[in-house]
Amino acid sequence: MAKNDLLGGSLWDQYSNKVTTLMNNPNNQGEITQEECDAAGHKLIVADFGAESCGDAVRLYWEVDPATDTIVNSKFKSFGCGTAIASSDMMAELCIGKTVQEAVKITNIDVEKSLRDDPETPAVPPQKMHCSVMAYDVIKKAAGLYLGVDESSFEDEIIVCECARVSLGTLREVIKLNDLKTIEQITDYTKAGGFCKSCIKPGGHEAREYYLVDILADVRREMDEEKMRSAADAGSHGDFEAMTLVQKIKAIDSVVDESIRQFLIMDGGNMEVIDIKDSPDYIDVYIRYLGACNGCASSSTGTLYAIEATLKEKLSQKIRVLPI
Amino acid sequence: MQVYLDNNATTMVDPAVVEAMIPYFSEVYGNPNSLHRFGTASHPAITKAINQMYKGINASDKDDIIFTSCATESNNWVLKSVWIDKIVNGDKNHIVTSEIEHPSVLSTCRFLEEQGVKVTYLPVNDQGIVEAHTLRSFITDKTALVSIMWANNETGMIFPIKEMGEICKEKGVLFHTDAVQAVGKIPVDMQDVHVDFMSMSAHKFHGPKGIGALYIRNSQELTPLLHGGEHMGGRRSGTLNVPYIVGMGKAIELATENIAEKMASIRVKRDRLEDALLSQLSDVMVVGNRDNRTPNTILISIRGVEGEGMLWDLNNALIGASTGSACASEDLEANTVMLAIGADNELAHTGIRLSLSRFTTDEEIDYVIERFSTAVKRLRAISSSYAIVQPTPGGEAGECHIHH
Repeated sequence: MAKNDLLGGSLWDQYSNKVTTLMNNPNNQGEITQEECDAAGHKLIVADFGAESCGDAVRLYWEVDPATDTIVNSKFKSFGCGTAIASSDMMAELCIGKTVQEAVKITNIDVEKSLRDDPETPAVPPQKMHCSVMAYDVIKKAAGLYLGVDESSFEDEIIVCECARVSLGTLREVIKLNDLKTIEQITDYTKAGGFCKSCIKPGGHEAREYYLVDILADVRREMDEEKMRSAADAGSHGDFEAMTLVQKIKAIDSVVDESIRQFLIMDGGNMEVIDIKDSPDYIDVYIRYLGACNGCASSSTGTLYAIEATLKEKLSQKIRVLPI
Repeated sequence: MQVYLDNNATTMVDPAVVEAMIPYFSEVYGNPNSLHRFGTASHPAITKAINQMYKGINASDKDDIIFTSCATESNNWVLKSVWIDKIVNGDKNHIVTSEIEHPSVLSTCRFLEEQGVKVTYLPVNDQGIVEAHTLRSFITDKTALVSIMWANNETGMIFPIKEMGEICKEKGVLFHTDAVQAVGKIPVDMQDVHVDFMSMSAHKFHGPKGIGALYIRNSQELTPLLHGGEHMGGRRSGTLNVPYIVGMGKAIELATENIAEKMASIRVKRDRLEDALLSQLSDVMVVGNRDNRTPNTILISIRGVEGEGMLWDLNNALIGASTGSACASEDLEANTVMLAIGADNELAHTGIRLSLSRFTTDEEIDYVIERFSTAVKRLRAISSSYAIVQPTPGGEAGECHIHH
């Protein structure tokens, strides 16, 4: 939120001229019949995606020359808003002249870019990007029908954000590499979640298999586990400062057991480690004296120095021992 | 010709209202709370506006009508202050509302849920209204407030406010109604119904934007939402918005005097438009029984024509209408009222609302009838719902991928 977001702007004013032109007069709107295809010796493919009850539906028609797998004609029908009509029209346009194998590579982003008036300005506002996703889905479906294969075979990675076409692999990598902690950061880095927002969390425009909130939580958990593992490894290699809190306490306890406690017990006393606090300059070890040590004059002088010196020598020069 | 048929969203300010407001900007501009003559000079006009408000809704002199900045403020005030008075500082924990209230009620209720309040969202029947007996069954001894709209903005359907008021009175529960779509459109008589709080908005009845009011029966207690300089008897602080108060008073007077005649005149045009659309077009449906609707509203569903696409074509024809359906709204949801009345899912994205005003003319209706049909024909020609060639086997659409 800032000054430019206060009014919100008109949705329709953000459409490119190409989008509005095609909304008003789509070039490839219509149907291709079996008779037309039969007459030319071509194959007719008709694929549906979406439904009226979803608010968006598109039917794609391909007339394919079986000798070359070339799409010689393509048309569409659409139940959808103007953006859906314009992007379906552009999709059909982009299919014409391509082989089926080439057409499968057309993405919703290609469709959106083709609808731009200038290369730098998006053709539709962010929340309308999802309208172009159907174009991509219905092409895959048509290609699957023509080639007799399952449409999912065209997708070699899991797409989490369909509007920006960001894959699960990319998201995981970017979160890890950049140590991202929030959904907003993910959107800033990858554009994922910046359009129709369905992929952010359940309850959006459409139900998704993967949500950014879960991916972020998973990756963060893995990162924490990794950190702990490397801390544990560090502990076994004796790097006290890199240890986790629990490891530090264990390491101190073992030094106390080995080199300190026996002398205290000899004098009828003992000690326990209460807490450890890390700061950039010091590692403060809070201890409590027990038995005869408690109140002994030397406990705040000679004994304390001895304990601290031993821990410093065995573990870290940053250690300070503070009796409480 | 251009035609504005979105009067449930906002209305043109009646020129007579503007005229009444003008002196109170640069001529009579004193603060009404000041002691000097500049301040008191505005008092007669404010008193007149107050009288116009009381007369417009037939409020008793024992009641309060407090000017607010808008109905959103009025709705927030009632919900949040009843929460403070009866839940935070009382032994209640429950609010009843309906699932098709205005966002200023629904969002506030969700906010209160986050604060630990239990909220019941009453369902509507196939006419799009909450039935009184449904309300009765959900009131408990922990219920602090019932908040139900008088008329719905999308469908124009009128709720049984009189019956609901009686139920709330009997159960000893406070009753609030958001009457934004009722005041100025249908008779609203506060001495005929038992309503504790009622929200109003001037710009829905040809008054200016930025001014609303809250009716409070019998001047009963309600902690202020806005604390400050103790204006309006301490009920709502903030310097009185004199020109807008004058405008609201004038607007309610113009809207409610001879309201039966005004309603009849709008109704004739609305019915002519509705009949024409229903007879000219196949596969269309209008939501709600016409006799129980505000006389200016039509919510029409057109099979195979997505709402925003239809708005686009109407806009190209210089007709302003609205839709709560899929693509048009920023949050991309289906029309909530359509879903709530259990309309065929396929129709939930096809609702177009046409709302008339007393300024709508017969020529405008003729024009809309013609252009509306043209738009439907064009969009149905593109629509996959009306395509003839069927999908290649295996190419049919799968399950709906969109979450409602």
